[in-house]
Amino acid sequence: MKYIVAIIQPDKLDDVLAALEAKEIHMVTVSNVMGRGRQKGISEVYRSHKEGGSLLKKTKLEIAVNEEFVQPTMEAIQKSALTGNVGDGKIFVLDLGQVMRIRTAETGRLAIG
Amino acid sequence: MNFIRKSGGRWAAALALAFAALPAAAEDAAASINPINTGDTAWVLVSAALVLMMTPALAFFYGGLVRRKNMLSVLMQCFAVMGLVTVQWVVLGYSLSFGPSLKGLIGDLSWAGLAGVGTAPNPDYAGTIPHQAFMIYQCMFAVITPGLILGAFAERMKFSGYVLFSLLWTTLVYDPVAHWVWGVGGFIRSWGALDFAGGAVVHVNAGAAALAAALFLGKRRGYPAQMSPPHNLPLAVLGAGLLWFGWFGFNGGSALGSGALATTAFVNTHIAAATAGLVWAILDMLANRHATMLGTITGAVAGLVAITPAAGFVTPLGAMGIGVTVALICFGSVMYLKPKFGYDDSLDAFGVHGVGGFWGALATGLWATKAVNPAGADGLFYGGTGLFLVQLKATLVTAVYSFVVSWALLKLTDLLVGLRVSDTDERIGLDLTQHRESAYTLID
Repeated sequence: MKYIVAIIQPDKLDDVLAALEAKEIHMVTVSNVMGRGRQKGISEVYRSHKEGGSLLKKTKLEIAVNEEFVQPTMEAIQKSALTGNVGDGKIFVLDLGQVMRIRTAETGRLAIG
Repeated sequence: MNFIRKSGGRWAAALALAFAALPAAAEDAAASINPINTGDTAWVLVSAALVLMMTPALAFFYGGLVRRKNMLSVLMQCFAVMGLVTVQWVVLGYSLSFGPSLKGLIGDLSWAGLAGVGTAPNPDYAGTIPHQAFMIYQCMFAVITPGLILGAFAERMKFSGYVLFSLLWTTLVYDPVAHWVWGVGGFIRSWGALDFAGGAVVHVNAGAAALAAALFLGKRRGYPAQMSPPHNLPLAVLGAGLLWFGWFGFNGGSALGSGALATTAFVNTHIAAATAGLVWAILDMLANRHATMLGTITGAVAGLVAITPAAGFVTPLGAMGIGVTVALICFGSVMYLKPKFGYDDSLDAFGVHGVGGFWGALATGLWATKAVNPAGADGLFYGGTGLFLVQLKATLVTAVYSFVVSWALLKLTDLLVGLRVSDTDERIGLDLTQHRESAYTLID
C-alpha cells in the first residue's frame, strides 16, 4: 500500500480529478496549501503573485492506493497537472503502514478501496 | 424645452410673488418665492445616497455567489462603474438622458458638462428640489444598471472588455432608453406608459442586455457539471439585505419629494420584497424539500425588481399580488427555463432582473389604480384596458432595443479589446489574472 501526495497548480485541479476518475481512482483528499519549490516563490511564468512570505498557493491531493494503482495514479496526475512551467508541482509516494475503515473496522487492502 | 426659458419663467413668477407679498417681512417674502422644499430635497439627497449604496451592495450580493478566485473581479466591476458611469454622466450622460429632446429619441448635448444644471429647480422634472439633486439622484440609477448586467457574464469577462462595454452600453443603451421613458418629450413617456422607478429603464433594459451577454460569451468552463457552489453565502445575504434597504431610496425617492407618494412607494416596496422572499422560500420547500437562504434572498430581490415600476401606482394588496406572482414566475425561469435552454446566466441577472422586470411592467398594467395615484392610470383589474397594452409595448420596445444594441456592442468590444479571458486565465481566476490580487489569504 502506498500513500501518494501530490502538490499541483490550483487551476489544474479539475483536470487532475477528471484524469483520476478516468482511471477509476475515486478516493482523494484535497486541500489548499501554500509553499515554495525551486522557483523560491518569487515568480512563475503566469503568476507573479507573492504573499505570506513569498509562498505560492498550491493544491495538495492525498490518495491511498494498493500497489497496482501506484503507477496509473502517478501517470494520471503527471499528465493532467502538466503546464510545462516551473511550479507545476511534485508527486511524493510514501509507504503506507496500515489503513482502517472507521465504519467497518476493516483493515489493509480491503479498507483502501 | 430649454432651460433658459424655464428659468426665465421662474424668475417672472418670483417677481410677481415678491410684489404680492410686499407688506410682509422680507424673510417671509424670500421664503415664499423660494420653490425649493427642504423636506423634499433632504429625502431625495438621502435617497441618492441609498441608491448609490445599492451598487456596492450588489457587488457583495453577486460577489458572494461566485467562486473565491473571482470575488474581487466582481467587486471591482461594480466599483469601476461607480467611477466610469459617474464621469460619463457628468460629461454627457445626463444631457443625453434628460436634456432637451431630439424628436423624442435622445437628449441633445446642451447640458453636457452639466451646463446650466444648477441649484435652481427644473420644474419639468422636479419643481421643489435643486436641479442638481435630481441629476445626482438619476446618476445613481445610471451607475447601478450596467452593474446589474455583470451577473450574466461573471467569472469570464476581461476587465478591459468590461470597461469598454459598460461605457458604450451606458451611452448607447441606458441613456437613450432613460430618455424615451423619463425624458420630457421621450416617445415612450408620451405613450402614457407607467414606470415609477425604472422597471423598464433599469431592470428590463439590464436584463435583456444580460441575456445577450450570456449568449454572446457562452458558458463558463465546466458549467454546469463542475461548478462550485457560491463561495460565501453570508456576504450574498448581506448584499441582498443592503439592496433591500437601498431600494427604499430607489423607489421611495422616485417620488422626487417626501410625502404621500414617497410613503406609498416605500410601503409597497417593502411589502413586495417581503412577500416574494417568503413565497420563494415556500416554493423551495415544495420543489427541493428545503427552504434555502439563497432562494429566499433571490425571491426578495425579484420582489424588489417587480415592484419598481409599480411602486407609486398600486395598493398594498396589489404590491402583495405582485410579490406572489413575481416569485412564481422568476422561480420558474431560474429553475426550469435556464436549464432547459442551457445558457449560463451565471448569477441570474436575466432570470431575476429581466424576467422580474418584464413581469413588474406588465403587473403595473394589471394592478395600477388612480385611487392610489391620480397621475397614474387604471390597470386591467380596475377596468382600464389601455394601460396593460401600453406597458407591454413599452417593455417589448425596451427589451428588443437593448438586446439588439447590446449584442452589437458586445461584438464591437470583442473586436476591439476582446471580451472573454483565455482558458488558462479563467481557470486561475479573474482576481489574479485581471487584477493581480487575491480576495483571501490562506495563511494568517
